[in-house]
Amino acid sequence: MMAKRVGMEVSVAIGEAAKMANVDVVAAYPITPQTHIVEHLAELVADGELDAEYIPVESEHSAMSACLGSSAAGARTFTATAGQGLELMHEVLYVASSMRLPIVMTVANRALSAPLSVWGDHSDAMAVRDTGWIQLFTENGQEVVDNVLCAFRIAEDQRVLLPVMVHLDGFHLSHMIEPILLPEVEAVKRFIPPLKYPFPLDPLKPVSMGDFGPPFIYSEAKWAQEVKLREAKDVVVECWQEFGKQFQRHYSPVEEYRSEGADVLLLTMGSYSETAAAAIDKVRAEGKNIGLVRLRLWRPFPFAELRQKVSQARVLIVLDRALSIGGPVGPVCSEIRSALYGQAKQPKVVSIVGGLGGRDISVAGFEAIISRGIKVAEKGSRNEFEIFGVRE
Amino acid sequence: MPKKGENELTWRDLEIGGIVTEPGNASQYQTGDWRSQKPTYDFDRCIKCGLCQLFCPEGCVEPNSDGHFEADLYYCKGCGICARECWTKVITMVEEEG
Repeated sequence: MMAKRVGMEVSVAIGEAAKMANVDVVAAYPITPQTHIVEHLAELVADGELDAEYIPVESEHSAMSACLGSSAAGARTFTATAGQGLELMHEVLYVASSMRLPIVMTVANRALSAPLSVWGDHSDAMAVRDTGWIQLFTENGQEVVDNVLCAFRIAEDQRVLLPVMVHLDGFHLSHMIEPILLPEVEAVKRFIPPLKYPFPLDPLKPVSMGDFGPPFIYSEAKWAQEVKLREAKDVVVECWQEFGKQFQRHYSPVEEYRSEGADVLLLTMGSYSETAAAAIDKVRAEGKNIGLVRLRLWRPFPFAELRQKVSQARVLIVLDRALSIGGPVGPVCSEIRSALYGQAKQPKVVSIVGGLGGRDISVAGFEAIISRGIKVAEKGSRNEFEIFGVRE
Repeated sequence: MPKKGENELTWRDLEIGGIVTEPGNASQYQTGDWRSQKPTYDFDRCIKCGLCQLFCPEGCVEPNSDGHFEADLYYCKGCGICARECWTKVITMVEEEG
């Protein structure tokens, strides 16, 4: 059987991807805009199409806690959440990564209350950036499916053993019906070898996990985690290369669109990158030397790749879909500035925040962001960062 | 985990996620150095009732070779509950020196 192209809601396709990965346990709590993912998985389990334990927990805190247990028992574990749900999981996220449990989770990115918003932005993702999870951003349904499959292989690699979050924009991706190539199950099986967690919970071979870490050992434990997360970058890249070989779709930590030799670069993360690319086509057609850079690997942060791809530009405009309220600039821009600080050659980095709480940015919107960004780079601004589209 | 003193362990010595593969090694954990006061004993008054052992939250009180109950100072945190509960006032808490 060949891979087949189907028209499918992206959330449903994620459920299908988890099924192809043959997950053992799904512990999840429904929350907009992620609900359809776990709803579909619940159906697959109930209909006997997926041989897995589906644990309908009472909250996201419990969802991630149940995932800890099942992953520690050596079971392939999947969950999904969004926005407030991810916030409710917060403390348990740290435990998952510190205990080196290879859980895979999709996050249908959603704004945080208040005011209550079920719509998409990256506030939830930014709030969990320091939780020690590997984090990937995706732009369309195909990328989500592909990266969910990659996420299992990366997480469970013996050199990694860390949880992976796959971010997809709430509604803009989660609720879209898109043409998606679903790979052949056998090919997926070959791509994701069986999970061999080195110390599964076993009464015959007892171990203690998540132990008490007094001052004499806490720093060593955290440093071990830091080193492993940084080293995971090579495995992520290797996994994407292998995926490219087997499935002919290619991913890398920092991706470009018509950016080579560009004087001005726009940097985006997530599904808005596709609209941004359309804007780049327009300004390129007008003869302007402007390109796009998309950050796919958010954690571990790809310092070398980013520096290599942006340092020759004169201006770098970074679009953030989240605020760091009272802080320096947008959170992504803040990290990019930090990554470029002290480099011999670096662009002027301009921070623009937009697309909050599900507000669209059109092609014309991106054109306006580009011109505003260039103006700020050349003439300066009274503001630390610009916010796009706010009515004064 | 290699046999090293707790202040000699490096991050490379830890199992993944700090997993402890050797059961029961919490007994190596010296809680006695938390102590600011230690129990001292006037065993002439001791009736060997064992109440101090029952009350000790650390579970570190055992009869010594004479059958008198005495705290193991490797674990004793110096809470003083034994001194307070002892019927016959065997135990006096005194400041640790240094």
